Amino acid sequence: MREAPPRHRLVPLGGTMDGPLARGRFGDYGGRYVPESLAEACREVDEAFREAWADPGFRAALVRLLAVHAGRPTPLTPAERMSEALGVRLYLKREDLTHTGSHKINNVLGQALLAVRMGRRRLIAETGAGQHGVATATAAALLGLEATVFMGERDIERQALNVFRMRMLGAEVVPVTTGSRTLKDATSEAMRHWVGATADSHYCVGSVIGPDPYPWMVREFQRVIGEEARGQCAAELRTGVPDYVVACVGGGSNAAGTFAGFADTSARLVGVEAEGGAGAARGRLGVLHGCRSLFLQDGDGQIVQAHSIAAGLDYPGVGPEHAHLRDLGRARYVTVTDEEAAEAAVRLARAEGIVPALESAHALAWVIGAARGGELPAGSTVLMTLSGRGDKDVSTLKELL
Amino acid sequence: MTDATVTAGAVEGHLRARRDTGRGLLMPYVTGGITPGWTDYLRAFADAGADAIEVGLPFSDPTLDGVTIQQASDIALARGASPRRILADLSRLPDLGVPLVVSTYYNLVLHDGPEVFCAALRQAGVGGLIVPDLPVHEAEELTGAAEAAGVEPALLASPATPEPRLAEIARRSRGFVYAVSLMGTTGERAALADSAAELTERIRRVTDRPVLLGFGISTPDQAREARRHADGVVVGAAVMRRVLDGAGPDDLRAFLTSLRRALDQECDRPR
Ligand SMILES: Cc1ncc(COP(=O)(O)O)c(C=O)c1O
Repeated sequence: MREAPPRHRLVPLGGTMDGPLARGRFGDYGGRYVPESLAEACREVDEAFREAWADPGFRAALVRLLAVHAGRPTPLTPAERMSEALGVRLYLKREDLTHTGSHKINNVLGQALLAVRMGRRRLIAETGAGQHGVATATAAALLGLEATVFMGERDIERQALNVFRMRMLGAEVVPVTTGSRTLKDATSEAMRHWVGATADSHYCVGSVIGPDPYPWMVREFQRVIGEEARGQCAAELRTGVPDYVVACVGGGSNAAGTFAGFADTSARLVGVEAEGGAGAARGRLGVLHGCRSLFLQDGDGQIVQAHSIAAGLDYPGVGPEHAHLRDLGRARYVTVTDEEAAEAAVRLARAEGIVPALESAHALAWVIGAARGGELPAGSTVLMTLSGRGDKDVSTLKELL
Repeated sequence: MTDATVTAGAVEGHLRARRDTGRGLLMPYVTGGITPGWTDYLRAFADAGADAIEVGLPFSDPTLDGVTIQQASDIALARGASPRRILADLSRLPDLGVPLVVSTYYNLVLHDGPEVFCAALRQAGVGGLIVPDLPVHEAEELTGAAEAAGVEPALLASPATPEPRLAEIARRSRGFVYAVSLMGTTGERAALADSAAELTERIRRVTDRPVLLGFGISTPDQAREARRHADGVVVGAAVMRRVLDGAGPDDLRAFLTSLRRALDQECDRPR
């Protein structure tokens, strides 16, 4: 393997994704907007994470679990036939090949180890697509913890496979019947539950959202995607770094982990949101679920329900660091429609023999559209994170195709 | 109400004066916009001997509320309630003789910005503000704007709050200190939590500001017990459950009168 290129300071202060900045801030975003009853619990997670992250023993234990249990490192796959058809050189970072089938396991193994270190006996989680819930149930089983997963009733219907997997793994799945009955309300319910359970439970947040330290901590646990990909690109590409780095954005964890590996390079970072859940592209300043960030809101400041074919992107906000990267101009946030995503999923299946998660298919749909529209110059090198595999989405796709 | 009727410190002054007569303080809550004639509940509260009235501005995602207030919020929003409409309703009310305290989530405060939001409160005759998802370490942005507008932001303290932080909360709180009785969300409970007594005693060791105990207080007996430790009580879900069940202002007047009586009986509390 060739060496990774040297780290340049090409981006403004705070946009290098190394942080955290004071008081959990990413520019004007972030912070710890929690009820007083959760303030101490957040402080404990913060303190424990800082200690653990500075402890080589903790790091080694995590690296080992990621290797022997989750199957890391994941390959970088050149998408040969897609590339030829699109006129760009597309590489896929294969998070779909991790154990449990998505990048969510990277974060969960980190947080589960942290929970054990903190003496907690149970993990609480919210889930949309069910991938974070399955990862949490898996890590809990592996480390001898209990797991309680909150999931919107609507998502329970459309992600039945993952609900079964969680229950088989011994987790309790609690249906959430309020509001949009999707990820937003599952997150609210998990937070309410945590207020009464801080003594023995760790809230394992599934994305780069929530109160400080979660956005920073989850990005650090997902950084492995970007760091591996950077080394792999260095070995694969003449230029060392790709021209574009693309990932889908729900709360933004697979994108944050991917971007973190390239924030200090010349690569252009593109986050792809669902048309109906475009917090970064179309949200306005607000506070929800513990952090100050960009959220879809109506004229009165009420949070608007998101709508996406991909349960994992069906969230009306975005993590605070993405909001900051957007303001800095370091990353760009674009949207694609349900139809474009579904088409892209089928196209990848037929061209490369890979059935992607509908979330990941959003990233691909943007690449396809941008290559067609000339936004991606011919011959560009594109790294795209394929955040998960599509088994969970077959019933949704069956209705569409 | 005109601007002149609300001066900085008015809520705290009012509560201190009443407390100092030995009276147990009662602050009932209602979700703004819950029914077409919802401000009639406020008159009933005042008639029943409330010492302050809390008006909730419903938010789409009330993450610290249990099912009752979640449901009330949803119903009010479905009826078209908004901060602007609720404050307009309040500004048309005659002086009830007790301070009005608004409670809401920080997203609604940020929407127009804390300055504009606090100015609108004051314009509507609201003297106090509770924002349950704005802890003391993030409160500066609001407290400055609130002070400028003459609105008193009360901070919450929880059983999990450690000692030095508790003192800071008491110091930076205005109007009163809101003691959260238990580790949980709002909602009726069968008994007053054990954590309530300990927390209120801890708060009173660091401040002489009025201390109101809230979350879960549902019955006259619980109010009486709470009064042994705190200067008074906040009653939210127990009111809103009755409203959701169809209780009108007269029914609520009767319920609050029973709480008032319980508080009045409990005047032998050690201070
Ligand atoms: C496969 C997959 N990709 C992406 C996401 C979106 O999450 P994030 O934006 O945090 O990566 C999810 C969430 O459930 C997912 O399951």
